[in-house]
This record gives sequence, structure tokens and C-alpha cells, in this order.
Amino acid sequence: MLEIRFHGRGGQGAVTSAELLAQAAIAEGRYAQAFPSFGPERRGAPVLAFARIDDHPIRLRQQIYEPDVAMVLEEALMKIVDVEAGMDERGLIIVNTMHTAAELRERYHLKPARRIWTVDASRIALEGLGRPITNTTMLGALINATQCVRLDSMKAPLDARFGKIAEKNFNVLKRAHDECCAGEAR
Amino acid sequence: MKKVLMGNHAASYAVMLSRVQVISAYPITPQTQIVEELSEICADGRLNAKFLKVESEHSAMAAIIAAASTGVRTFTATSANGLALMHELLHWASGARLPLVMVNVNRAMAPGWSIWSEQTDSLAQRDTGWVQIYVEDNQEVLDSVLQAYRIAEQVRLPVMVCYDAFFLSHTYEPVDIPDQEIVDRYLPPYRPDLFLNPKDPRSFNALVMPDSYMEIRYKIQQAMDRVVTVAEQADREFDAIFGRSYGLTEAIDCDDADTVLITTCTTTSPARVVVKNLRAAGKKVGLLKLRMFRPFPVEALRRALRGKKKAVVVDRNISFGKGGIWADEIRGACAGVADMPQVFGYIAGLGGRDITLDTLREIVEEVETKSKPDSLLYWKGLKP
Repeated sequence: MLEIRFHGRGGQGAVTSAELLAQAAIAEGRYAQAFPSFGPERRGAPVLAFARIDDHPIRLRQQIYEPDVAMVLEEALMKIVDVEAGMDERGLIIVNTMHTAAELRERYHLKPARRIWTVDASRIALEGLGRPITNTTMLGALINATQCVRLDSMKAPLDARFGKIAEKNFNVLKRAHDECCAGEAR
Repeated sequence: MKKVLMGNHAASYAVMLSRVQVISAYPITPQTQIVEELSEICADGRLNAKFLKVESEHSAMAAIIAAASTGVRTFTATSANGLALMHELLHWASGARLPLVMVNVNRAMAPGWSIWSEQTDSLAQRDTGWVQIYVEDNQEVLDSVLQAYRIAEQVRLPVMVCYDAFFLSHTYEPVDIPDQEIVDRYLPPYRPDLFLNPKDPRSFNALVMPDSYMEIRYKIQQAMDRVVTVAEQADREFDAIFGRSYGLTEAIDCDDADTVLITTCTTTSPARVVVKNLRAAGKKVGLLKLRMFRPFPVEALRRALRGKKKAVVVDRNISFGKGGIWADEIRGACAGVADMPQVFGYIAGLGGRDITLDTLREIVEEVETKSKPDSLLYWKGLKP
């Protein structure tokens, strides 16, 4: 089972990311679950969303405490949130940032062995969507890093969700897929 | 059509497919999304229903009682304090023998103010004459609402469908939404023999003297007695049409078990994994899922527990001064019956605290060390 935790701010669409990913996985014949952090949320405040993907029916009814992947929709969140919480040494962090993995590692004192992927999703989203909402963009980096679903599998969920702007959303997702960088662990 | 839905929207779609004619509700987390989606479904014409906005849950229940009295199919939804506010009217609904269907998203009662999952809100409505169904996943949410109308309209009693806040209400998972024409076959239009006609006004529920009140209660009990058969039939026919069934109880690996774990709602899902793992480790452990609280499925419970040594009940609720509510009901059903197990009652997950695989495994392991319960209740996961 792959367990993913999304770090975003209320209004940035983290829950939508998790939901779209679950839809793609289920359309591939696999099993998935998506849910918000259980509780009240405020626009602009740090929020969490979660997704599980597995080849078998998912019976867990609990929050994700030890994620395999942490998606960080906005780098500044790392100043106030421990995005590595609960992760073992194989855990992967994917960050929307202009900086390199090495810079992030130093700035936020991330574990030396931590796998960090980076992508400038805000820039891609601004150029492709006209606003820096990165929830769909970031899924591209996740797909490249984990191969958790096929890139094409995102098309139908995006169509259903975004209608006329679905294609733009797929394009930014694809760009993030192609432009993200794998940071080597030390 | 397979969709990825949160539990709340699975309920909304079920109401749409049931061709409900009057909906009235007052928003309360974690239920709000059910009626929010339904208001859109009504506004865009997918459902031809009257959507009544009201100023409280008390009024919402009053509104659908009035509507149902005129012979139409109705719906409302609520949670916790909203349900508590309806309490008096719950008696009015069953006393008037109205086949209302309500979803209650189980939420802990305040104070402390909580929006998270706990069953005490609906279990506390035990004696209001409502049928109560507790469900495990989002598909079962949709299917149970459809079944609820079938049951309610046959026995003329209201039905409450209950599921966990957040663990289902806000969790997206795959749900098969059946076609309208297939649902129509399962759930024909509601055409009651008796209903009020506003153009021909009469007075009802006037003072009932001691010479007839008791008979009215007797008939409600008779109707409740029919529910088990009617619900089993509704479930079998559901299976024949949709290919899914749930039973009023589900026994897994119980045949040769010494110990049976008993769960409801989403606690059943991780319990399935735990029991499978314990079986793989050679332990004779089974699982019993209970889906109906009122009427209590006494016969099915006794069948599943006959000859077992220990029954371990996990309650996400509490009746202060006694203990877990399901455990208490189970003890009552076993009392005086031969070959029934010792009942161990565990309180866990109150106020939405997670019930994990470890929680359940540790409960079973703890019970292994005891020959019989030395307390009516044990707390699991309590902070020191």
C-alpha cells in the first residue's frame, strides 16, 4: 500500500488532489481512499489531506501516521509544519519550490538520507493556469516519482472535475511530471 | 456507474434515486454535505422534490412528519446535537407510524464540543420506535438508504441509517451508483393506504385515554417484530437485483472460533484485517458485524455466539454508569440462554479517536489473558 499525505493551505485544493488521485487509481482497477484531515479547516491555515492506493481492498479506517510520501504544495509550510513527521528513512518528500533539494535539506534540517524531489509548481501553474494553485500540477511530480498511477489515467478525473479547463490542468500536471527533479540522498 | 464518492454524497445519491418528494434539513457538521448536494440536485431538476429550509432540526423533523402524513416519501439528515434536538419528534414520527428515512452521521455529543465520530447520539434514541441501521462503508451507505425506504414503507415505522463522522462521511471511496430504472424496480412509488388530505382536514393524535394507548404501543412493537423478516427479505431482493447484500449481521470465521470480536460501523473494516491476521497466526478468532440496533437481531446474534467461549465487543459510545451500549444489549440477549459466551466490553474511539489495527489486536490479546470479565467495561486507548 502507498500512503500519501498532502500538506497545503485551506483553499489550495489538497483534498481535491487526493480525490483525483484516488479516482485515477480506481479507474485503473486498483483500490484507493482519499480523505481530508478530520476536522475543521480554515482558508489559508495549514491543512492535510490523505490518499491510500493499494492492489487490495483497503480496510483501514484511521488517519495516516507513517506516510510513504509527503506532498508539500507550498514550501513556506515547511517553516511551520514538520512534513517528515512519522516517515521512516524510505519516505519521500515532494516540494513545490524554486530551490534545490540540497538547499531544502539544509534550510529545513531534513534528514540526510531523506529522498526529496522538487518542482517549481507555482511557476508552472502561473504560466499554465494563470494562478499559482498547484494541487493538480503537483500530481505530475508525484506520478513521476512513484509511478503510483499512469499519467493518462489523470485525464478522465480532470475532465470530470474541471470541464473546460481540464486540458490546461492536464498540461501543467504533465509539465511538472517532466520538469521535476530527483534530489539525491546524501 | 462507478464513482468515487464521499459517504455523505453516497447518501445524497441514494435519496435522489429513491425519488424522495420532500426534504427538510438544518445544516450540522459532519452531515451538511448530504443536504447541500441534495439542494443542488433539487435545484437542477435531477430530483423533483420540495426542499424545505427550516430554522432548526426540530422544525426539520416536524416538517417531514407533516409531509409524510400526506402520503409522500421524505428525507432528512442530522448529527449529534441536531438529533438530540429532534428527540421529542422522533416519538411523534414512530407513534404516527410514518415511514420517514433519516441519515444520522454519528458525531460525539457536546460538551466538549466535538465534531468527530461517536455513536452515543443515535444509540441514545433507542426507545423512540425508530429502526436503526449502522453501516460500514460508502457503498453500504447508498444501499442501506434504498433498503431503508423498503423496510419503512412495509412496516410503517421510521428508519435511521447511521454511519461514522469523517471515517465515512468525508472519505472518498468507490461507490457503484445503480441506474434509476433498476432502483425503480426495487423501490416502487410510495402509495400508502392512509394519508391526510389538506383539503379535507381532520384532527389526529388527540388525547388517547388509558383504554387505548397501550394497544397503540403494542402495535408499534408488533411492527418492530416484523422488521427482522422484512429487512432480511429487503436485503435478499436487493441482492437479486443489485448483486450485493449485507444481512442484519455478518459472521466471519465464527464457525470454529473460541473468541468472537463484535463490531459495528467502520470498526468492522480493520477488524476484518485483524481477525484474518490472528487466524493466520493459528488463533481461533472470529468476527461478528452487527448492522441493526433496533430491532436488535437477537436470534442471529445467539446463533453466531452459541458455543463460543468469549465475545469481545468494541463500543464507540458509552452509557454512563453502565458501559458500552452494544455490549449491554448483547449481554441482555445472551442472558439465560445456554451455551452463550462471556461478554467483554471495551470502550474505544470516543470522540473520533482512531481505532487502529493495533487497538483491536491488543484488545483481543488482553482478553486472551482473562478467563472471565472482572468489570462491565474496559477502556482502550485512554491516556494516562
